[in-house]
Amino acid sequence: MSTEVKVLQQTTTASGVKLPIYMDNHATTPVDPRVLAEMLPYFGEYFGNAASRNHPFGWAAEEAVEKSRERIAKLIGATAKEIIFTSGATESNNLAIKGVAEMYREKGNHIITAATEHKAVLDTCKRLEKYGYRVTYMPLQKDGLVDLDDLKRAMDDKTILVTIMAANNEIGVLQPVAEIGKLCRERGILFHSDAVQAVGKVPMDVNQMSIDLMSMTAHKIYGPKGVGALYVRRKNPRVQLAPLIDGGGHERGMRSGTLNVPGIVGLGKACELCMQEMPKESCHIAGLRNRLKDKLFAGLDEIYINGSMEHRLPGNLNISFAYVEGESLLMGINDVAVSSGSACTSATLEPSYVLKALGAGDDLAHSSIRFGIGRFNTEAEVDYVANKLIETVLRLRELSPLYEMAKEGIDLKSVKWQAEAH
Amino acid sequence: MAYSDKVIDHYNHPRNVGSMDKSNAEVGTGLVGAPECGDVMKLQIKVNPQTNVIEDAKFKTFGCGSAIASSSLATEWVKGKTIDEALAIRNTDIVKELALPPVKIHCSVLAEDAIRAAIGDWKKKQDTLKPVAMEAK
Repeated sequence: MSTEVKVLQQTTTASGVKLPIYMDNHATTPVDPRVLAEMLPYFGEYFGNAASRNHPFGWAAEEAVEKSRERIAKLIGATAKEIIFTSGATESNNLAIKGVAEMYREKGNHIITAATEHKAVLDTCKRLEKYGYRVTYMPLQKDGLVDLDDLKRAMDDKTILVTIMAANNEIGVLQPVAEIGKLCRERGILFHSDAVQAVGKVPMDVNQMSIDLMSMTAHKIYGPKGVGALYVRRKNPRVQLAPLIDGGGHERGMRSGTLNVPGIVGLGKACELCMQEMPKESCHIAGLRNRLKDKLFAGLDEIYINGSMEHRLPGNLNISFAYVEGESLLMGINDVAVSSGSACTSATLEPSYVLKALGAGDDLAHSSIRFGIGRFNTEAEVDYVANKLIETVLRLRELSPLYEMAKEGIDLKSVKWQAEAH
Repeated sequence: MAYSDKVIDHYNHPRNVGSMDKSNAEVGTGLVGAPECGDVMKLQIKVNPQTNVIEDAKFKTFGCGSAIASSSLATEWVKGKTIDEALAIRNTDIVKELALPPVKIHCSVLAEDAIRAAIGDWKKKQDTLKPVAMEAK
């Protein structure tokens, strides 16, 4: 029996573009070959347990882990000792929030977060509410940004933690983390940021931004899945966390469990590459993103960008194509991998809560597509995607009763819709 | 999610796309669903007043591939049927024909609603066209 798994049927267009095109880099990224090359020996020759202190197998593994810690710390302006390895950002978010909640329970029981956070943060906060914590879920401004005055008003003497993401996974909006950090620091409140989408894409510095805890993951920055890290500040202030996982006392007692050495090596190498290539790479990626945006706006009317364009990740574009439903749009561009905020594409059958939080209206959430441009995308790919998308939107609009009604001058908001309850 | 070949075929080659004159006495129009729910179907039928046979049908749909396929199939099925025969079409027939998964059953329900709404609209027009009704007006 063959062990080879092949899910992708690859073809090449006349202009040399390989299909399918991957443009969903907020979901995950391919492992950079340079990262993979550095990981491989740690599956083989250097298989040791980093906690084995008394033989060279363990020493080799430990050395690799410590080198990775240095590389990660360097990318975010931290020191190596402040990096705790985890299984990924979901665990990092859980550890940061639950760890602070438990450790600082005597100081207070109030946590502040925002409506557009990742579920790993929101659901963690919801669980804490069951244990008697108070959580403020701040609404966002129309452009997806936190209102700093709202934040100030939400803070009280029982607030122990503010958790706000650095960049949003759907709309790519960058929050004013430095300003948020400053407000927290002034009031002695700890500041955690889920920086999964931001680290390696835009400069992040935990000191300049007064960040006390920061979650990151390897697989969004061309590293492997299943490994992440949590930055935990060691001084000014020294942050303490109650562990989620008890055991051998690894990672300064905050996260027990044998370290995933090859994964950690991959995360370290991925961070090093981002550090070296970020200035050039972010220009290149933003250029591709703007090319895509310009082509779509030139080819279509009534399309809307979700979230601030000014405060946004270089590779993100989130657009609603009015009168066209997102899943049917994805079906028309089935050789391009992107995501939609449409209910039909989600497991919960609810449209994107992030877009709803911006007040976009459910109809525009259903019509949204998220593009995530990454390191390996090309200009030719962007052109292919733009052309294919324009063609599909035009075709589906010809099929759309809403488009027809809008062209007849009917205000869709004034129509009494006969919707079945579902 | 993987679609059945039939859904993909209707999506790629939708049958009977278009619009008919809403004010025509022989035309019945059904508009069901809501933009906030992610699907809106407009289904129109043209009925021969002598025979009650649906001679033509057109649709336009805002919705996912299954919604487009369900309404496209509905127009194919109602064409040539009498009003009573068309009313006998059930959403479960559509589910079966298109091999819709459970999460897409509501698309078939909407298509059945659209057929009924179009017939309802046509019937209402016939009632108001009756001489008695005209006088009353």
